[in-house]
Amino acid sequence: MLRLDCLRSIYSELENCLVVTIMGAVAAELHSLGHRPNFFYLQHSMGLASSTGLGLALCLPEQKVIVIDGDGSLLMNLGSLSTMARYRPRKLVHVVFDNESLLSVGGFPTATSTGTDLEGIARAAGIPRVATVRSVENLKAAVTDAVHGNELTTIIAKVEATGPAGYVTDLSLLENQFQFRRHIQSLKKRRRSGRGVRIPIKRR
Amino acid sequence: MPVSVTNSRLIYDAFKECDIRLLSALPETWLVHLIRMADDDPEMILVRLAKEEEGVGVSAGAHFAGVKSAMLMQNHGFLASINGIVSFAHLYKIPLLMLISYRGSFGERDPWQTQGGNATEPVLRALGIPYSFLDSVDAVKKRIQQAQTLADSSSQPVALLLPRDLMWEE
Repeated sequence: MLRLDCLRSIYSELENCLVVTIMGAVAAELHSLGHRPNFFYLQHSMGLASSTGLGLALCLPEQKVIVIDGDGSLLMNLGSLSTMARYRPRKLVHVVFDNESLLSVGGFPTATSTGTDLEGIARAAGIPRVATVRSVENLKAAVTDAVHGNELTTIIAKVEATGPAGYVTDLSLLENQFQFRRHIQSLKKRRRSGRGVRIPIKRR
Repeated sequence: MPVSVTNSRLIYDAFKECDIRLLSALPETWLVHLIRMADDDPEMILVRLAKEEEGVGVSAGAHFAGVKSAMLMQNHGFLASINGIVSFAHLYKIPLLMLISYRGSFGERDPWQTQGGNATEPVLRALGIPYSFLDSVDAVKKRIQQAQTLADSSSQPVALLLPRDLMWEE
């Protein structure tokens, strides 16, 4: 299964979500399908895409948020699974493309190539819904379910370790940041005219 | 435990005046009352982290959402957050308000805190992070407001060091 085919299959689902991706191949491939103002590509800071999605989801509990993570990034911040599970925002979907490789920095194998099981780790961390998918159809179905569902979900998608020729896009990092934030503020303004602010349920 | 409840309350009240609605924190002795106050406050989103660097991402998410936030951590937690600070907050110009308990400085009895105490200010300076101290009770509120104002206007991380004299009652 190719990550690019997976991204293409869920591209339409991303339209009404805030999307945070990791760096490298994931960012370049999603960008190649067509950038949207609701996409933020975290082009460094490996591990913090899921933390960023958590911050968004906790502050905007009615808003769907999708984090597109990778095995290398998630392995750098496994604690994020336990923090997400602790607060389990209902509209947060965490997709992890696991190619068992640090593809963007030379293709060295990660620990998932030697038996580390991210699905098992996510489940044991307390993520309420966890799945592993190995086909584009199953990935699309799992993401669609999760996006329209109401429970924190982590989906591990096993993909081949191939990616685009280059990783630099024509979107500057700051332009992406400012546009993403402005987009969210415009969504909030639209929503404010519709309904009141919901105070999130406190979890310890 | 001689952590000052009065001064913790002073800091917490300043957070509220600054409209801070999300706090990320990793417990450490000097911060216990602050974390408890956040936990008891139904209007505050408290995010208890596994490691402080997560707080950079959480605060960035809050910033995107238009919610003001602050990070509560020990200086060793700051040292553990550096890549996030540099390659997220600095790289993408994200305002961060960091309140850092200044362990390992004058009066420190725990040997294990002392090396981090030595490194804290040199590292802040090396990263070009503007920082100041909450060193007098009278200045707490104003200094927190000023730090938040600078973080927002300059779109960068700003640090306030919480010294022993403020946090600890001998």
